[in-house]
Amino acid sequence: MGIGTLVAMLAAALAVIGVLATQQAYSLFLPGLLQGAVLTIEIAILGSLLAIVMGVLAALVRLYGPAPLRWLATVYVEIFRGTSALVQLFWLFFVLPQFGVTLDAFLVAVVALGLNVGAYGSEVVRGAILSVARGQWEACTALNMSRAQMLRRVILPQAFVAMIPPWGNLFIELLKSTSLVSLITLSDLAFKAQQMNQNTFKTIPIFTLVLLMYLVMSLVLTIGMRLLERRASAGLARGKAA
Amino acid sequence: MIWDWSFTLEILPVLAQAAVVSVEATLISFVLAATLGLVLAVVRIAVPRTGWTISVLVELIRSTPLLIQIFFIYFVFPKFGLVLDAFTAGVLAIGIHYAAYCSEVYRAGFDNIHRGQWEASIALNLSAWTTFRDIIIPQAIPPIVPALGNYLVALFKETPLLSAIAVMELMQTAKIIGSDTFRYTEPITLVGLFFLAMSLVSAALIRALERLLNRRTVR
Amino acid sequence: MTEQPMVRFENVSKRYGTLTVLDELNLEIARGEKVSVIGPSGSGKTTVLRMLMTLETINDGVIWVEGEPLTHMKKNGKLVPADLAHIRRIRAKIGMVFQSFNLFPHMTAMANCIEAPMTVLGMKRAEAEARAAELLDLVGLSQKKDHYPSQLSGGQQQRVAIARALAMRPKIMLFDEVTSALDPELVGEVLQVIRQIGREHDLTMLMVTHQMGFAKEFSDRVCFFYQGKICEQGPPGELFGAPKNERTRQFLHAVLEAG
Ligand SMILES: Nc1ncnc2c1ncn2[C@@H]1O[C@H](COP(=O)(O)OP(=O)(O)OP(=O)(O)O)[C@@H](O)[C@H]1O
Ligand SMILES: [Mg+2]
Repeated sequence: MGIGTLVAMLAAALAVIGVLATQQAYSLFLPGLLQGAVLTIEIAILGSLLAIVMGVLAALVRLYGPAPLRWLATVYVEIFRGTSALVQLFWLFFVLPQFGVTLDAFLVAVVALGLNVGAYGSEVVRGAILSVARGQWEACTALNMSRAQMLRRVILPQAFVAMIPPWGNLFIELLKSTSLVSLITLSDLAFKAQQMNQNTFKTIPIFTLVLLMYLVMSLVLTIGMRLLERRASAGLARGKAA
Repeated sequence: MIWDWSFTLEILPVLAQAAVVSVEATLISFVLAATLGLVLAVVRIAVPRTGWTISVLVELIRSTPLLIQIFFIYFVFPKFGLVLDAFTAGVLAIGIHYAAYCSEVYRAGFDNIHRGQWEASIALNLSAWTTFRDIIIPQAIPPIVPALGNYLVALFKETPLLSAIAVMELMQTAKIIGSDTFRYTEPITLVGLFFLAMSLVSAALIRALERLLNRRTVR
Repeated sequence: MTEQPMVRFENVSKRYGTLTVLDELNLEIARGEKVSVIGPSGSGKTTVLRMLMTLETINDGVIWVEGEPLTHMKKNGKLVPADLAHIRRIRAKIGMVFQSFNLFPHMTAMANCIEAPMTVLGMKRAEAEARAAELLDLVGLSQKKDHYPSQLSGGQQQRVAIARALAMRPKIMLFDEVTSALDPELVGEVLQVIRQIGREHDLTMLMVTHQMGFAKEFSDRVCFFYQGKICEQGPPGELFGAPKNERTRQFLHAVLEAG
């Protein structure tokens, strides 16, 4: 889907929210939902940062680490990809305290979602590194660069461009997964919706607004990643377009 | 004691029963997703000027959380007189959500086929239906099937969301055991292990299938 | 004591599974010598260069560079596989130019040429740039130093690649069919640059080429490879003028027929 269509959808979604906000039946819920959205965004951002760190780290360790670390990273990736995000969230929330480690719910949310998406991210990073042409590695060897120098200066900058679209998808998945934190008592957007629904039974206005708000967040993220991708690939192949 | 084996043995049969519910939910919603997705993809090709609408629809579904969609169907549909039990509402929501993803898989599969194949079919005066059945589908299957397989696994891992509307699947059962006994370690860990085992097995199966399909096309 | 050869392959073998690509190769190259390698496709020419650049491991034998083992090191009087630090110390003497250029696409011509001198040799930027500017001038591209590879023709890219390799001040330069990926009209400019650095620098050069004319005029010695062995070698005049081996004769005949 083109970036123009995405922007049009975003504008339309914002317009609908604007129109609904003029109606008493809807505007009533807006402040509470916006409050929830702030928490959603906080968790999404921190979770994404953790996901990036874990993704890059696990990928590098699996590719170049010493054997024991490599196994550890593989176990991490398989466990977090192989079980579901909600199970991980519940495990950290309900089970970890039984081992004497009690994290507060916000931290559990960020850690669970970050680790979950980081596991998928490590496959993305790994794939992108391996997809850089073999000749680039060989040129680095011929220039006597060390492994770290090759990665930092030549391979990762090229892999970066290939990584942007799949990471964009992962960030969207993470944003959507933040709704699960409502099930561990955090009052994010989904939680607020549930709570208001139980108190007022005004189901239609509440869930319409909530869907629109998630849509807006997703679209902003998608558009941002598209722009980043455009800039990065222009940087990589400067002059090609001219 | 950190892990209680006799407790584990006690809850295993209960969890096994719940696992049946999870697997049922998975299979039913996947059939729905695969079918609906195919319908969307074919309509896009067959009916002119539907492409844009379908794209927007797919984007809308993929941009909002499945959990909210489950709530939406479970709580909002009754307002229009359509009361669904939790299992049906949940399966419907998952099916529709993944139909959006599946339709993109089919689309990519069809798009991947070289334009020359369509043109050659026209040159041979094959009907649209024959072209689809004999030329396009056989070539589209090798990339499509493994991708659908991956979504089947992904969908399976989303079924714990049904616990949010109290469907008695694995996660909900584990949570109830936990709140009844104040022991969460065994039930939740067992649920995790079950998902892990199923995912690893399916991943291996999908890889095998992929190899098989690729071999057949090359030949 | 006579002078050490710059490079010495001693009974070097390379196998891929059951396929023997190089069979007990022995080859000595003197300091400053220009050696051309010719031979049919698949005869192992590229493999020789890649082993010397440590892009391939070897299965048997030892490669010596200025009297020191490249992929091995001496330990208690015995040769054991070398560690990375040793390999990097020896490898610093060698540079390579590839058939497909392999320039870094996200860096300008200048940046390509200063990257390794700065990161590997620890040169200051100013020094590295001054040196790179000289080399880009040598290959006739001082005007293009701020261009990205995608903005350069194949011949220009290959000349940048040569400058980039020279910037590391290697003693040995390897060229693997560096003109094969070029349009015919661009071959000349690259060969001209190689000629010039051959004249102006005291470099040992080992090149795989299909340009028989260039091999004849430029090299001190030509090696004809056939099925993983050196089938015949000698000064270009002899090898091209009066090949002794039947296979050499057939190969040269076929090549001259075609080109
Ligand atoms: N990675 C590899 N795995 C298996 N076989 C290989 C590999 N690399 C090279 N070979 C084989 O080794 C043999 C020698 O290859 P090499 O590239 O050295 O030939 P060459 O003389 O350079 O040929 P050309 O003139 O075509 O470049 C060939 O038979 C090739 O198929
Ligand atoms: Mg070759």
